[in-house]
Amino acid sequence: MSAWLTQHRAALAAAFRRLSSAPLSTLLSLLAIGIALTLPAAGYVLLDNLRELGNRASGVKQISVFMDIGASRKDSNDIENRLREINKLSGNLNWRFVPREEALQRLQKTEGMAEIVASLPRNPLPDAFIVEPQDSEPAALEALGQTLSAWPKVAHVQLDSAWAKRFSAFLRLGRLALTLLAGLFAAGLVAVTFNTIRLQVMAQAAEIEVARMIGATDAFIRRPFYYYGALQGALGGLLAAALVLGGLRLLAAPVSELATLYGAAFTLHAPLGQGIAALTLGGALLGWLGAQLSVSLSLRQVG
Amino acid sequence: MIVASNLTKRYPGGLEAVRDVSFTIKSGQMALISGHSGAGKTTLVKLMASIERPTSGSLVVNGQNLATLRTSALPYVRRHFGLIFQDQKLLFDRSALDNVLLPLNIAGLSRRDAIRRAQAALDKVGLLPREKANPIALSGGEQQRLAIARAVVNRPTVLLADEPTANLDAESASAILDLFIDFHRVGVTVVLATHDQSWIERCHPNVLRLDHGRLL
Ligand SMILES: Nc1ncnc2c1ncn2[C@@H]1O[C@H](COP(=O)(O)OP(=O)(O)OP(=O)(O)O)[C@@H](O)[C@H]1O
Ligand SMILES: [Mg+2]
Repeated sequence: MSAWLTQHRAALAAAFRRLSSAPLSTLLSLLAIGIALTLPAAGYVLLDNLRELGNRASGVKQISVFMDIGASRKDSNDIENRLREINKLSGNLNWRFVPREEALQRLQKTEGMAEIVASLPRNPLPDAFIVEPQDSEPAALEALGQTLSAWPKVAHVQLDSAWAKRFSAFLRLGRLALTLLAGLFAAGLVAVTFNTIRLQVMAQAAEIEVARMIGATDAFIRRPFYYYGALQGALGGLLAAALVLGGLRLLAAPVSELATLYGAAFTLHAPLGQGIAALTLGGALLGWLGAQLSVSLSLRQVG
Repeated sequence: MIVASNLTKRYPGGLEAVRDVSFTIKSGQMALISGHSGAGKTTLVKLMASIERPTSGSLVVNGQNLATLRTSALPYVRRHFGLIFQDQKLLFDRSALDNVLLPLNIAGLSRRDAIRRAQAALDKVGLLPREKANPIALSGGEQQRLAIARAVVNRPTVLLADEPTANLDAESASAILDLFIDFHRVGVTVVLATHDQSWIERCHPNVLRLDHGRLL
């Protein structure tokens, strides 16, 4: 057990030594790995913020139900009962009844409309409901809208799901593109590690040969390279996290300024601890994989 | 104890470097493998150290038949031997001390114990003052003694040395031989491959004389 620990500690120390013994090439490898991880990570943060923005944009979750002009208050009550029933069945349905009088009052308060409204012989506005289901997925909104429009005395159902649908399709596309990109760059990271480890194995050929002949196991010979790959990947991941966070910092001020101009409060956010952990761990895992592939192949070449 | 029976090694290409050889080296014995260049001395040493595997026949070391042992067990068998290579195989990217540490790292010793033992081994061959030197900065005789320190540091039961005095003047060679005689005295089995006949009078070994792969 303690021999096992000693050997792992020694392998880790050897990996550190080898990394620091060639600082320039280590730095270049770390940069290559860091940048390879930065692009998908930055893309992920961007998409996450866009999704958040889309969720917050008003109107996406709402369905407006307009009654017939000729509908009576009793017809409206009937609709309200049906809404209550749906809520009882599936729950999570909020709605607000907007009587035609209230709608008119609001219209009156709108600038420049007061006179026009006053000149009307009678209230041209219908009763309306603003329905807000908890499930704001475009498909669910669409289905609910269709149900509502089939109810008696409902003149028109308006939902903003066309925009929501487009936005969600865009997000899906973005996520797919990001997955492809991440896969591509992950392969790049494995390739970079593969190459540095191959050079390492070649450089250590003499030691590997002697070590084998005096009783080193295969695991003993491979271990430092695995640690090297994992360590390099982890450091590359940390670098990527630093690059992404640095970029976010630079963007934070202009973005919130832009948001203020549109009358919204929006700040860029990033999953800090999780993000750093994911990048470091992901980098380590990919580095380990690259080392594994490389050592298996390179060791065959050095005999 | 090393027992070879009808031991044959045929290299890829068909050359039989060791042919149908049988011998016994008892524990604690000193044995000398002699013969002309190309006679098969190095091959026989490599067979004993389980670096090369027999083509046929058997080679039993400490009760284990190296001809049939599974590959995964070989590293542990190799650790019983202290090996001195004909071309030394010192590592020139590290200090003398780090060269001697290699077998101990392989064995998984803690760093403190390993350094203590490595320094003791360097002291034994008179190289402790040069522990920090790179082997490239050592003389031929010192390099040879460094190789010996690396071979004995993990306290092997068998010391296998392939031409340990090649390229050395008579005085240095004699000092090296004295070291082997010392190890032999404390009970280590010592097997030396050499074409230097003068050793036979010095230490009265069990002589295995090879000629074109055959034992005379
Ligand atoms: N790896 C190899 N592949 C093919 N043939 C080999 C190999 N190693 C050695 N031989 C051949 O086997 C024969 C014995 O070689 P070996 O090295 O055992 O001789 P030796 O007695 O140690 O010679 P020297 O005194 O010159 O070191 C030689 O003819 C050599 O060419
Ligand atoms: Mg030889």
